[in-house]
Amino acid sequence: MIAEIFITPFADYEFMRRALIGSVALALSGAPLGVFLILRRMSLAGDALSHAILPGAAVGYLVAGLSLPAMTFGGLVAGLLIAFATGLASRFTTLREDASLAAFYLVSLALGVTLVSLRGSNVDLLHVLFGSVVGLDDAALILLAGVSTLTLATLAIFYRALVLDTLDPMFLRQTSAVGEAIPFLFLALVVLNLVAGFHALGTLMAVGLIMLPAAAARLWTVRLAATLPLSAAIGAICAYAGLVYSNETGAPTGPAIILAAGIVYFISLVFGRAGGLLRLRRPRRHLEG
Amino acid sequence: MGERILGVALTSAHTAVAPGPIRLVNLTLGYDRHPAVHHLDGVIAPGAALAVCGPNGAGKSTLLKALAGLLAPLGGHIERMGGGPRDVAYLPQLTDIDRSFPIDLRDFVALGATRRAGLFGRIAADETVRVTRALHRVGLDGLEERPIGTLSGGQMQRALFARLIVQDQPVILLDEPFGAIDEATASDLLGLISEWIAEGRSVVAVLHDLDLARRAFPQTLLLARQRIAWGATAETLTPENLARARAMSAAYDKDARECLIDETEAHDHA
Repeated sequence: MIAEIFITPFADYEFMRRALIGSVALALSGAPLGVFLILRRMSLAGDALSHAILPGAAVGYLVAGLSLPAMTFGGLVAGLLIAFATGLASRFTTLREDASLAAFYLVSLALGVTLVSLRGSNVDLLHVLFGSVVGLDDAALILLAGVSTLTLATLAIFYRALVLDTLDPMFLRQTSAVGEAIPFLFLALVVLNLVAGFHALGTLMAVGLIMLPAAAARLWTVRLAATLPLSAAIGAICAYAGLVYSNETGAPTGPAIILAAGIVYFISLVFGRAGGLLRLRRPRRHLEG
Repeated sequence: MGERILGVALTSAHTAVAPGPIRLVNLTLGYDRHPAVHHLDGVIAPGAALAVCGPNGAGKSTLLKALAGLLAPLGGHIERMGGGPRDVAYLPQLTDIDRSFPIDLRDFVALGATRRAGLFGRIAADETVRVTRALHRVGLDGLEERPIGTLSGGQMQRALFARLIVQDQPVILLDEPFGAIDEATASDLLGLISEWIAEGRSVVAVLHDLDLARRAFPQTLLLARQRIAWGATAETLTPENLARARAMSAAYDKDARECLIDETEAHDHA
């Protein structure tokens, strides 16, 4: 009975196995990025960038129809362009990064929706916005796995640089020549994950798998070295749970995965040992000195 | 284990290059073409202990920022014999350190080794010894595991000094190092600065406390956007010079407009 719910769907159906692999790959690399987004006080930047990707994917769609390479390439170009433009605008104008990002992504979103509606039905728009995790083909899987691998490798190599750029950017600029490039590199990774994620979960839902496990993990530990793997594990488990739930009830898969992550987040919000609500109820006696 | 570590000589061996003189040549610094330091010439000799004094808005912090390589000159240049702008240790007045970042004191201080280890290299085992020694030197032993967000203002300043020790650079730039800390902390850290000077490092410190400059720094630069005086501290910080600096800085606000018109073409009126 239990096996029927939790194992059989994946054993019997290839599309379920593909969905699992794709969404777990995205969770493993996306969630650690989410932790850094939170630490850099850029929690909403992921959301903004996901909107920014839309016109690029739409142009790809207009040119080549529902084609993975074309939409991926288009989304990637649009996302990187806007991440880069935001970085430049915040450096060289008086607008701060959040204001620049908001301006760019709003224009980009309006452009994207206009482009999509020029050709094609609302069904196509729904696909771009919400993805289809149970329809992942080989190319999409390779893209997801490749992006995940690349992201984790880059995070490992640039870990100290990223920590320093978040903790004490002036120190990084003063001691190292690569300091200036780190914010761009980081945003590029976020864009890469969002673009890979929109096939599985859609542009909007992909952000959920990046932010929710990260926010939940932050509530359990104050140590960064523990937060990163914990967030990835939470993301992977939520991807699995969401797929199981979706398979049982027929709920759409993308939202099911994000809702699973949402449940973990709310549980963490209450019970989290490092900042949850329950911690406030029974304060422990203070120490001697 | 602490004992054994302390057995290692407390004065750290110089791994950094011997500092050469730093020459300021007709240096003009500023933001958006508004000069904050105007046509400054001078030499910071190797091993110099130089206090930089002057009224608010005199360009002291701007000068330090340029010495740290964080600000490109509007005119003139900085000549360094041996070592580049990254071969200095710099303590800004207002750090943009995110104190809520989840990192403990030991790791925070260990980041001072970044330049030696490289951003990608691993931090070697002997760096751990260096970090422990630095924390002991600033009186923060026992707090290694504490997140930096839980440190008091004085403790954080000590932690930043520990990071400077770990950086182990021949040139050390300090911007208002005793700004908001109590006397005990200030005198501890001043002792550390004296050690650095005795070891032959160059120390350039922006100071508001003129008595402190007189006590601890043989050389002083009195700055009011331009050089009022630069030399032995006793001869620099005279009542006449100080009055002149005050008058200068008051006068500047009035002719700011005129100066701008002069400089709309290009700043190179050298």
